[in-house]
Formats: sequence, C-alpha cells, structure tokens
Amino acid sequence: MTASRDLRDDPPLLEIDELRTHFDTLAGTVRSVDGVSYRLNAGETLGIVGESGCGKSVTALSILRLLPSPPARFAGGAIRFRGIDLLSLSEREMRDIRGNRISMIFQEPMTSLNPVLTVGRQIAETVMLHQGLGRRAAWARAVEMLRLVQIAEPDRRAAEYPHQMSGGMRQRVMIALALACHPDVLIADEPTTALDVTIQAQILDLLRDLQARLGMGIIMITHDLGVVAECCDRVVVMYAGRKVEEAPVEDLFDRPLHPYTRALMASMPSMAGGGSRLPEIPGMVPAPQDLGAGCAFAPRCAFTTERCRREPPPLTAVGAGHAVACFEAERVGCITAAFPLPFQTSPSQAGASA
Amino acid sequence: MTTVSLAPAAAGAAVCTPTIRSRMRRWLRKHPTLIVGAALLSTVAALSVAAPWIASHDPQALDPLARFRPPSAEHLFGTDAMGRDLFSRTVWGGRASLSVGLLVAVLATSAGVALGLLAGFVRWAEGPVMRLMDGLMAIPDILLAIALMAVTRAGLTTVVVAITVPQVPRVVRLVRSLALSLRERQYVEAAHALGTPLPVILIRHVLPNMITPLIVQATFIAATAILIEALLSFLGVGLPPQIPSWGTMMADARNFIAIAFHAALFPGLFLAATVLSVNLIGDGLRDALDPRLARQL
Amino acid sequence: MTYVLRRVAATLPVMAVVAILVFLLIHLSSGDPAALIAGDTATAEDIARLRGVLGLDQPLWNQFLRWIGRLAGGDLGTSIFTGVPVASLLAQRLEPTLSIALLTMTLAVLVSVPLGVLAAHKAGSWVDRLVMIFAVLAFSTPVFLVGYLFIYGFAIRLGWLPVQGYVSLAKGFWPWLSHLILPCVNLSLVYIALLTRMTRATVLDVLHEDYIRTARAKGLGVVAVLGHALRNAAIPIVTTIGVGIAFLIGGVVVSETVFAIPGVGRLVIDSVQRHDYPVIQSVLLLSAGMYVLINLLIDLSYRLFDPRIRA
Repeated sequence: MTASRDLRDDPPLLEIDELRTHFDTLAGTVRSVDGVSYRLNAGETLGIVGESGCGKSVTALSILRLLPSPPARFAGGAIRFRGIDLLSLSEREMRDIRGNRISMIFQEPMTSLNPVLTVGRQIAETVMLHQGLGRRAAWARAVEMLRLVQIAEPDRRAAEYPHQMSGGMRQRVMIALALACHPDVLIADEPTTALDVTIQAQILDLLRDLQARLGMGIIMITHDLGVVAECCDRVVVMYAGRKVEEAPVEDLFDRPLHPYTRALMASMPSMAGGGSRLPEIPGMVPAPQDLGAGCAFAPRCAFTTERCRREPPPLTAVGAGHAVACFEAERVGCITAAFPLPFQTSPSQAGASA
Repeated sequence: MTTVSLAPAAAGAAVCTPTIRSRMRRWLRKHPTLIVGAALLSTVAALSVAAPWIASHDPQALDPLARFRPPSAEHLFGTDAMGRDLFSRTVWGGRASLSVGLLVAVLATSAGVALGLLAGFVRWAEGPVMRLMDGLMAIPDILLAIALMAVTRAGLTTVVVAITVPQVPRVVRLVRSLALSLRERQYVEAAHALGTPLPVILIRHVLPNMITPLIVQATFIAATAILIEALLSFLGVGLPPQIPSWGTMMADARNFIAIAFHAALFPGLFLAATVLSVNLIGDGLRDALDPRLARQL
Repeated sequence: MTYVLRRVAATLPVMAVVAILVFLLIHLSSGDPAALIAGDTATAEDIARLRGVLGLDQPLWNQFLRWIGRLAGGDLGTSIFTGVPVASLLAQRLEPTLSIALLTMTLAVLVSVPLGVLAAHKAGSWVDRLVMIFAVLAFSTPVFLVGYLFIYGFAIRLGWLPVQGYVSLAKGFWPWLSHLILPCVNLSLVYIALLTRMTRATVLDVLHEDYIRTARAKGLGVVAVLGHALRNAAIPIVTTIGVGIAFLIGGVVVSETVFAIPGVGRLVIDSVQRHDYPVIQSVLLLSAGMYVLINLLIDLSYRLFDPRIRA
C-alpha cells in the first residue's frame, strides 16, 4: 500500500495504517489526519515533525484514543499495537493499554500534573491501577521512578505537590509517571518545547538513557529539527494531515527531498548562527478544510508546477527506508546538493541541536 | 457604497431595517431561554396590567355563600375560604409582584451603583462602604427584610425598602469590582490626567462600561425581589391584607389544602412562572450579552 | 497559624458592623421605638415607663455600650412579650431549626454534587439538559408552592408522612425523621439547584485542563477521572455551600411556617407581629454569626483542598 509498508517484514511494535482522524465542526469536516501511515519498532525513536496544525499531535492522541468524540471521529485506517487494532478495542480494553503498554508525556509540564495531588500519589495511582500493587508498594515504586528520572531526594519529593517543583522537574515527574508501568511505547508530544534550553538537553538525555535501559519505542513529536537530530532514528515529516516524507535521520538531513522538509531545515538555526532568528517558511499551514485538489504544500512551495496543483503526489520510495510525496523530489535533491543548507556547511553535520 | 453613505439617514434606515430584523431573529433563535422567559413574563405582565378590566370580580369582595368554589365559568380559578374570586385576586396580585420586582431592581441598582462608585473611586470611602456591605451580606436577606418590616408599618413602600436594602450589597460588590478594573484603563487614567472632574469621568467613561453586567444583575435582583415579597406576604409580614398578593393568597390557603388545593395552586403557579421567567431572562441576557459574566453573577 | 489568625481577625469588623446594624434597627423606625414596642393600645404613661425600663432614654452610644456589654456576658436580653430570657426562648426552638438545617444541607450536598458532576460529564446531552432544566425550575419555584404540593400529595392524599408539626429526636428517630422528610426535601430543592449549577460549571471547566488529559492517558476510568476533576473543583463548590447558608436560613423560616414547625423561624415571625425586638435582634445576630462562622470554616478548609494555598 504505502512505501514504508514494504520496507520491512517483521511485525512492528506499533503500526499506524492509513489513519484518518476527522473533526466534525460547524464549518464542515476538518481532516486533521488524512491517510497517514508509519510504524515504530521496539527500542527505536521515531520523530514526527511538522509545524503546528499539521496533525502530528492529533495522530498521537489518536493512538491513545484520547480525542473527545464528538467532534473527533476515526474515518478510516487502523492503529495496530503488536498486531491488535486499537480502534476496535472497547473503552475498557483501551484503558488497560493507556499508561500501561502505551504512555504519553505532554508539552506543558506546568499544567499536565494535577495540582492538588502529590506527585508520588499521581505516579502510585497508575501503578496501583495497572499492576495491582498495594498502596505501600505503589508508593515505593513511585519513589523508585523518581530516582530513575534523576530527581534528587526522591523520598521527600514524592510527597510534594507539582507547584513546589520547577518546570524541568515536573517534566521529569511526567516521564516517571509515563514509564511507571514500563510501557512498550512512549509518545512524547513536544516534551521539551516549554522548557529552557539547558533543561531541554537534560530531558532529551534522560529519555535516551531511559530508552537504553528500558527498551521502549519512542514516538517523538516535535516541530524542532534540532531535537530530531539529537535523538531520533527515523523521521516522519507531516504537512496538512499527510505524511510528506519519511527517512532514516541521517538520510533525511543529508538528502531532504520534499520542499517542505528542505524549508524546515532552512529555517533551522545553524551551529554558527547561534540564537539568531532564521527565515521562516513563507505563508501558513492551510486550514485542513481549505485544501484543494493537488499537493497541500503547493501554495507555499518554490518548486510548484501545474501538476502539483492538479493532483496530489503519491508517496514514493526513493531509497532504503526513504519515501517522499513530491513530483519534484529529484529537483529538490539536486538543488540541495548544489546549495547546501546552512547547517550542512557547518563542521558537525546534523548535530545542530538548539 | 458612496451613494449610500451620502444618502440621508431615512434612506439608510429603510435599507437597514430588514437586516436588523433578521439579525434580531437569528440572535433570538440562538438564545431560546430569552424567548421563553420574555414570552412568559409578557403574558403575566399583560394580565397584571389589564387586571382592572379583565378581573371578573372585585378582588376583595367577600361572598360567604360562595366559599371554596372549584374553578368554573363564573370563577375561573374558583374561590377561596372567604368566597373571594381567585382569578381576580391572582391578576391583581401580579400587579403587586411585578411592581415590587421592578421597583426593587431599580432602587437596589441605583443605590448600589452610587455606593459602588464611591467605594471604587473615592479612596477614603472604600473601607467604610465595603465593611458596611460585608455586614449587610452576613445577614440572610429574608431575615433582614423581615427585621426591617418589624420596625415599620406594612405598606408597598416599606416592603420595597425592606427588600431593597439586603440586595444593595450584591450590586455594590459588582460595581466596585468593575470600577477597580476600569480605573486602570488608559482612557480613564488619561481623563484623570487631563483634569476631567470625577463625575464627568464616571458618566462618560465608567458607567457605559458597566451597563451590561448591571442589567443582568438587576434582572436577577428583580426575580429575587418578587420571590421575597411573596415570602414576606406569606409569612404575614409583607404587604397589608388590602393589597392582593400571591404570597398572602398562599398563606390564606394554607389551612385548607385538603379541601381547596386550587386556592394555593393558582397564585403559586403564577408566582413560580413569573420568577422563572425573570430568571430565564437574566440567564439569557447574561449568555447573550457577555458570557464571561457567568463567573461573577 | 498566622493565616488562621488573619482569617479570624477579618471576621471581627464584619460582626461589629452586624452588631451596630442590629442595634440601630429599632432606632431606624420612623416613630418612637418605645411606642412601637408598646403597641397601639398603650397609654403615654406606659410608653414612658417602657422607655425607662429599656434604657431608651439614655444617649445612643451609652445604650449601645450597655447592650454590647450584656451580649459579651452572654445575655441576649429579655423577651418583651413573654418576659422570658431570649436565650431560653431560643434554646426551646433550636432543635427543630437545626434539625431542618443540617438535614437539608446534607441531603442537598449528597444529591447535587453527583448530579452536577454527571451533568458536566454528559455536557450537551439530554441528561445534562434535563438536570439544568430541573435546576432552573427548582431555583425559581417558591418553597411554599412545592411544600403545599408535598403536603397535599404525600401527606393528605397518600398518607405516607405526617402533614405538619415536629417531634423531638428524644421521642424516637423515626417520628423525628418522618416529620422532617417533607420540609427538608422541600427546602433542599433550592439549594440543590444552586449547588448543581455551580458543580456542573466548575467541573466542566476543570475537565478541559491538561491534567485531566494526563489522568485519562494514565488509563484511569471515568469515575476516577471525575474524582480528579472534583477535587480541583472543590473550592468553588464549597464556597457555594457557604453562600447557600443564607438561602438555607431564609428558607427555614418559610419552611417552618408551611409545615407548622415550632422553630426559631416561627419565633421570629411571631416576634415581628408582637414587636418583640430583643428576640428579633438576637436571631439576627446569631444567624449572622452562624453565617460568618461557617464561611470562616469554609475559608480555612480551602487549604485542605488546594495545597497551593498552604504556602
């Protein structure tokens, strides 16, 4: 069906297959996710990249079925976790998956923890729910988890409330909470966006370290290519509810083939450029209900042809694990080869973390 | 476009009317509580205003031979323990209820605005006014009204005053909190800096910005006032017996529930419908004019 | 501790204002208070004597100080009509009134919090709409109308419960309770309406918070998630319970008349008709004191619900 599908044959840990998540609004149906496929293997980190509004968070929330319905609606496709279609599970069966087999951490550590419960209790609650531990054992696990995420004095901290902690520490708590039941999949939705730069790096290090120890697959949702470069194995680039490019991380940074990927990279701060603000992609992500017949990126694209406006480009395999949905991919590749992107000219290639 | 803007106002009005009407219609369809409330209230109000003409009997005329009559063509709502016609008493009672509601709403709002602005804009007045209001609010409104009735003679004026006083603090608090936020607005500060006298600032810049919440608040106060008047009259400390009131009628019916339930039913239903309609209008206005108010009122 | 002290201290000016207002009450009347108390049949001589007995010939501030002094000593004064100390008069009437108030409040909280949470959980559905319509109706329907309907239906027609009156708890639990069921259910309706609306609104707000999404992402079930939401909605709900105390006290007065229960409310009404001011003043003071006290306790309880306030 899709290019990524026939790349490998071993059963994947998590497989998103032609997922369509639509929202029924007064203004019409919004196709936030419109036929997206990707897979996640055990121990692997998959990056999902795109500007806000491209459907990356909706995909993530779809996996755990956390979207309010109505207005959200699954209009097609499947989400298979170890071969089981999550969309066919009952709410009850789904609850056994959430926080247990598949966990999620969110962008806002300041608001994602319940302010009136101690952090220890919030972690213990999950453990009691999924592993049937008693109160005392669950609390011990909570403390152990806090130690695992490198919080000093975990015994004391477990009895504290979120407001007594800094943003970085709260995100560590969120990670502890998410990993308390040793899930197979961790979905991290912009886990570092709300944090300042040094804390960002610490949290990414922590995630990488925990992955090495616990072996879960991570879906890293971000708009920050620096984060992708630092911790992902493979990358899916999304635009307007569709997957426009997928590639192993080095391959993607070496040879971005979709004009949108290239534009994202061009607007990425280079190693040399430091904190200076770089040119952003002109125009805005079109509202999903305003899409025309052709390629959704055509209005903002420098490579647009007549054909782009007429028909949507199919996803085509262009190399080992590399697929792109663009008629002009070859031309984009040539341009990049001829005129390297700012970070590609800097000595440490693809290491341009913010 | 040019011709329209150059055309005299009358032509413009002629062009605008249908759109305004259709916009009104759309607005009303979006706020069903307003329509239901307004329809209910206008029915009760029409009956009350028309009381002298539609009342079939003198509301106070006793008829010992026609006691406890069930509803009939002669007595639409039947008669009470003293043979008085309940329909006539009910429509006359509406006059008392609606007048009290309207008067209390206007008086409490006016007094509250005056005191609230004083507290909000005159520094030395803030402490005393607000402490007085805290004290008044600590006494349950019905008890305070009852106590005020205890020291005066029963009459329409005293009832209105007794019900108004406990409602004033609600307005004062609202006005003061609005005043505190308005005080910081740039146009108010600018007017201050230019030496505009305080009364002018209040009338030109402050009051217009308070109209919406005040209207909503006044509506709720009217509903409360109608209810409290009925309660006071029911308890025998409200309107004097010579003024027909739904509360008095309910009290009169109390000992005869078993044999003449209709004597309590009709005034009770009218009272409930009236209070409900005014509350619905209040809810509707709040949601329609300013949804953010839901937090405060 | 300083927090508690500050809160307690904040109630003092309120009570002082209440005391002044209550004291001034009889002087607010248009005529001579002594004449008002003595009634229409009193002679000029009676009035003068009464003025002396009540100390009304003293300067106002002097009267106030003496009155406050007596109050501080626990003396609420003497009923003019019955000649009995107000305190003992009130003591006789307290049991029925407190019974109604406590039972009503318990019932209201037990019904309205789940109802409000349910409505918030099912926001927009017919369940929600039904609950909200009920709330609007209950809030607007006068206590005595429903009271009469209850008496007519459950007591007179069906004969399930006594029509009116009160039986002391000392005479047995069921006789006591059976006399309270109708008045309390009746009175709780207004309170339920108020609390249900507040609970629904605050829980609905909280349900949109990020930490609720986290709770769901943890795999918690509906009940546990709503529990999380309720804990965060507790403060506005508890505050509304406190504000509702005023409704409750007012409602008790009416309820006692509807169901012919000899409580404090009935005493107040009788005292108004008898111009028995010391009784009225005492009831005003006590109910305001109760209101202030309960709201102080509620204020202090915030810290149990929200750890951020402890800091």
